[in-house]
Amino acid sequence: MNDMVGIVIVSHSKDIAKGTADMVRQMVGSEVRVAFCGGDPDGGLGTNVSLIIDAINDAWSPKGVAILVDLGGAETNSEMAVEMLQPERRNLVVVCNAPIVEGAVMAATEAAGGSSLEQVRAVAEELSAG
Amino acid sequence: MTPALLHRLIVAVSDDLIAHADELTALDQAVGDGDHGVNMKRGCEAVLAKLEAIGAQPLDEALKAVGKTLVMTVGGASGPLFGSFFMAAGDALSRDGKLPENLAGIFGSGVGAVSARGRSQPGEKTMLDVLCPVLEILKAEAGHPDLIERVRTTASEAVARTIPMQATKGRASFLGARSVGHVDPGARSSCILVHAVCDSLEAEQ
Repeated sequence: MNDMVGIVIVSHSKDIAKGTADMVRQMVGSEVRVAFCGGDPDGGLGTNVSLIIDAINDAWSPKGVAILVDLGGAETNSEMAVEMLQPERRNLVVVCNAPIVEGAVMAATEAAGGSSLEQVRAVAEELSAG
Repeated sequence: MTPALLHRLIVAVSDDLIAHADELTALDQAVGDGDHGVNMKRGCEAVLAKLEAIGAQPLDEALKAVGKTLVMTVGGASGPLFGSFFMAAGDALSRDGKLPENLAGIFGSGVGAVSARGRSQPGEKTMLDVLCPVLEILKAEAGHPDLIERVRTTASEAVARTIPMQATKGRASFLGARSVGHVDPGARSSCILVHAVCDSLEAEQ
């Protein structure tokens, strides 16, 4: 399991994050580590740096972690979370510029084949390139 | 800065932002997702809950602690934005900090961090449209006897100038031209913060 890039899903809604993770597990299988989080610290809609850090650590793999986000604050908070990781982990986490559901499925599919973090990110981001 | 003044500054800024939470939420309902007031309130309450621990530290460490608390508790994009401001200002103060001589440089480090975090520039209807004009006054009028009053006026005028701007960053950018005609919520909360600091420093004189 440790030789596949991990996937983190960050949505403003915990339901969307969980549903996306469920789709990834069903379509790609459970060999790729997938963690998700959503909601603000009071349980409302929003994103939360502390939960994102926990999710990154849950999905951790020596090959790195790719994060899929929904709207602006999820991206800003994810970038902040990456900077707050232990220094040796920071360069092994990327925030992908990709649609959250399709990006998560594509990234996990690529990760399941043992691809590098950059390959996983590139496959997810092709979706945005149109 | 004395521990007593630091204490008063933290309380004044937090109380003022909490008191304006409904106004900030109403502004954000017009151009954003309506959570700015409640998010800032949550962050400020978390800072106040740590008041004794934060207020007992030297100013540079206190700024970093305030920033980190905001990052971890605010919830929206404003957490990393305001948090980065305080963390970068604290770092700058640790590096080469002499106050008030380097006030503009330290404030400028905070503004630079906001710009980098949000990948944004002034003129895009964001908090930078208040922070950058304030920075310019701090640079231009350093040491001026009326500096506090000038900063206060600059911040108020800068908030008003966000009304005709069209947002190109953040959630408000989804509205396109419909974002025109509203005060930017982040500019308003930045102004409240700046005014609270001005009030506390003025009361000190």
